[in-house]
Amino acid sequence: MQLNRKKKTSQETTPVTRKLPKAPTGIQGLDEITGGGFPAGRPTLICGSAGAGKTLLSMEFLVRGAIQYNEPGVFMAFEETAAELTQNVRSLGFDLDELVKEKKLAIDYVRIERSEIDETGDYDLEGLFIRLGAAIDGTGAKRVVLDTIENLFAGLQNQGILRAELRRLFRWLKDRGVSAVITAERGEGALTRHGLEEYVSDCVILLDHRITDQVSTRRLRIVKYRGTAHGTNEYPFLIDEDGFSVLPVTSLGLQHQVSEERISSGIPRLDTMLGGKGFYRGSTVLISGTAGTGKTSLSAHFVDAACRRGERCLYFSFEESPGQIVRNMRSIGLDLGQWIKKDLLRFHSTRATFYGLEMHLAIIHKIVQEFQPRVVVIDPVGSLIQAGNRRDAHIMLIRLIDFLKQKGITAFLTNLTGGGEAIEKTDVEISSIVDSWLFVRDIELGGERNRALYVLKSRGMAHSNQLREFLLTERGIDLLDVYVGPEGVLTGSSRLSQEARENAEAMARKQEAERRDRERRRKREALETRIAALRKEFQTEEEDADSLGAEEVLRERVISHTREVLARSRQADKEPNKTDSNGSKNRNKRQHEKASRQ
Amino acid sequence: MKKPADSDQQPMSLKEIGEQGGEPGEVWELRLYVAGQTPRSVAAFANLKKICEEHLPGRYNIEVVDLIKHPQLAAGDQILAIPTLVRKLPQPLRKIVGDLRDTERALVGLQLRPASPEK
Repeated sequence: MQLNRKKKTSQETTPVTRKLPKAPTGIQGLDEITGGGFPAGRPTLICGSAGAGKTLLSMEFLVRGAIQYNEPGVFMAFEETAAELTQNVRSLGFDLDELVKEKKLAIDYVRIERSEIDETGDYDLEGLFIRLGAAIDGTGAKRVVLDTIENLFAGLQNQGILRAELRRLFRWLKDRGVSAVITAERGEGALTRHGLEEYVSDCVILLDHRITDQVSTRRLRIVKYRGTAHGTNEYPFLIDEDGFSVLPVTSLGLQHQVSEERISSGIPRLDTMLGGKGFYRGSTVLISGTAGTGKTSLSAHFVDAACRRGERCLYFSFEESPGQIVRNMRSIGLDLGQWIKKDLLRFHSTRATFYGLEMHLAIIHKIVQEFQPRVVVIDPVGSLIQAGNRRDAHIMLIRLIDFLKQKGITAFLTNLTGGGEAIEKTDVEISSIVDSWLFVRDIELGGERNRALYVLKSRGMAHSNQLREFLLTERGIDLLDVYVGPEGVLTGSSRLSQEARENAEAMARKQEAERRDRERRRKREALETRIAALRKEFQTEEEDADSLGAEEVLRERVISHTREVLARSRQADKEPNKTDSNGSKNRNKRQHEKASRQ
Repeated sequence: MKKPADSDQQPMSLKEIGEQGGEPGEVWELRLYVAGQTPRSVAAFANLKKICEEHLPGRYNIEVVDLIKHPQLAAGDQILAIPTLVRKLPQPLRKIVGDLRDTERALVGLQLRPASPEK
């Protein structure tokens, strides 16, 4: 009881975490999974089979230490000469000669030729200690690499002495306070062939170069790391022109930032289908479809739109070469070449079977880190299955999507749906983790195939539920309404014939209306003519009536005149003369009036 | 590991040895690498001298290199183990590591005696 209490108090007083000092490797990803690098001032064992990258990893540890962390180093090579080493790592951009000249690095090549050496009696490895000590003192080294110290076992016979001396060596390295890296060959059933792991117990890293189905994958695992919580998984790593890089792929979570920004798909009509604004930035878009339905064309449109906005795009193509894609897209009116020239668009084309899955993932990571794109296209994701099995591909894609999401990169994935499979399904079962899923399918009708597109899902937006006919024209992708007929949707020629039919009907209707219009006009004209004729008739009648009246007056006048003449002739007198002149004047006036009325 | 008691009392200089072997013909150039005056290096030197006196009287030069004083010399002859005896001449180069306690093996190593079939 009392003991328990005592224990408790002592536990409380001791500091909970004391961070182990670390010597950062400067290698992308490795520092992350080791919590900051190799243990400082202690030896680290790197083991692996031949060609696993032991020498390179240890050399990079030294070079980066010398350049980035101002920690000079000593490389004691038991396998390769300084000249060979210099040449080998020059391809990775390391100039050892320069570092040696600046006294930031010392390379000591130790050659042991068993045929030259005989052993008689006792000895120790003080010579090695002295050489190492001189090199450390000469450069002020903080880091030491012994590559591969196991060669001593081949050169010297007395194992007892050797083991005792190695123990002393590691002790000595610790005492000197250098961060040492010791490399060793992988042994049968053990980490190292000669059991070096029993001397180096602080940090053991295993490199693996595995060939599965003729495809090689490099993997790294931290077997042991005293005093540090480390990732226990196998991490894929890459060796390329920039050296080593390790992918801390499983450390990704779901804490990525989300964006409210919407970006265009490059096809106005498709944007309309996606709630009017397009995709969310940083979302994952999947395009599924059977062969030849225009998945790459859709991707190209998206890329073109992004480049037009001045954003960088990275296009991973597993089936077509960049040149082929650029040429093919030109046929639908997209000039991707201009974006490549402006370095807004980069293609990365490899066969899926060329590397293992992890390698693909590693390469994608690396290029994304380097190029920092806003949009990444993977065309098609399904082909990655060829590089591994279905489960691996699935895990890898989830990692990849998480990685891209974390960086706020919009991912555009295409996936080929096989003929016999369920259509709304992906080979790699990623449909549940994508945000937007567009589907392009064939519609076979009336003896031809046509393309149709619909939005299967699109998270966080009110998207259209309509099927659209999808046309590839010289000016790009066109989306058209589809006709829904008794046999289903109508596309292509069926749609065209339906359109023609409707056009004909409309034409007929129009002609009918025009005909009626003409008839009405004719009727009106006829009526108007008749009205005019009637009016004329009436006028004539009126005129006739007028002229009759005038004759009557004239006749009366004539009669009265005749009467006057008669009267004059009967009784001559002065008065009728006057009336005669008056009467003729009156008659003239009347005639004149009549003429003006007519 | 017992060291020979007599070795301590022989303050032998290089020059002395060199002067002793002055015969024309095949002169053996031997170099012994040591690290300080450890009992093992002293024993090695004594053993070496004994062999030379017996088998190469007057036809040998021994150079003793103390790596503690001249650490940079270790790389030249690829020295790891101490003590190491290097036969520079006659060619080819031979190396014998150890305190030369086993005279038979030392002789074989120096090619003063062919390796016996049973060994």
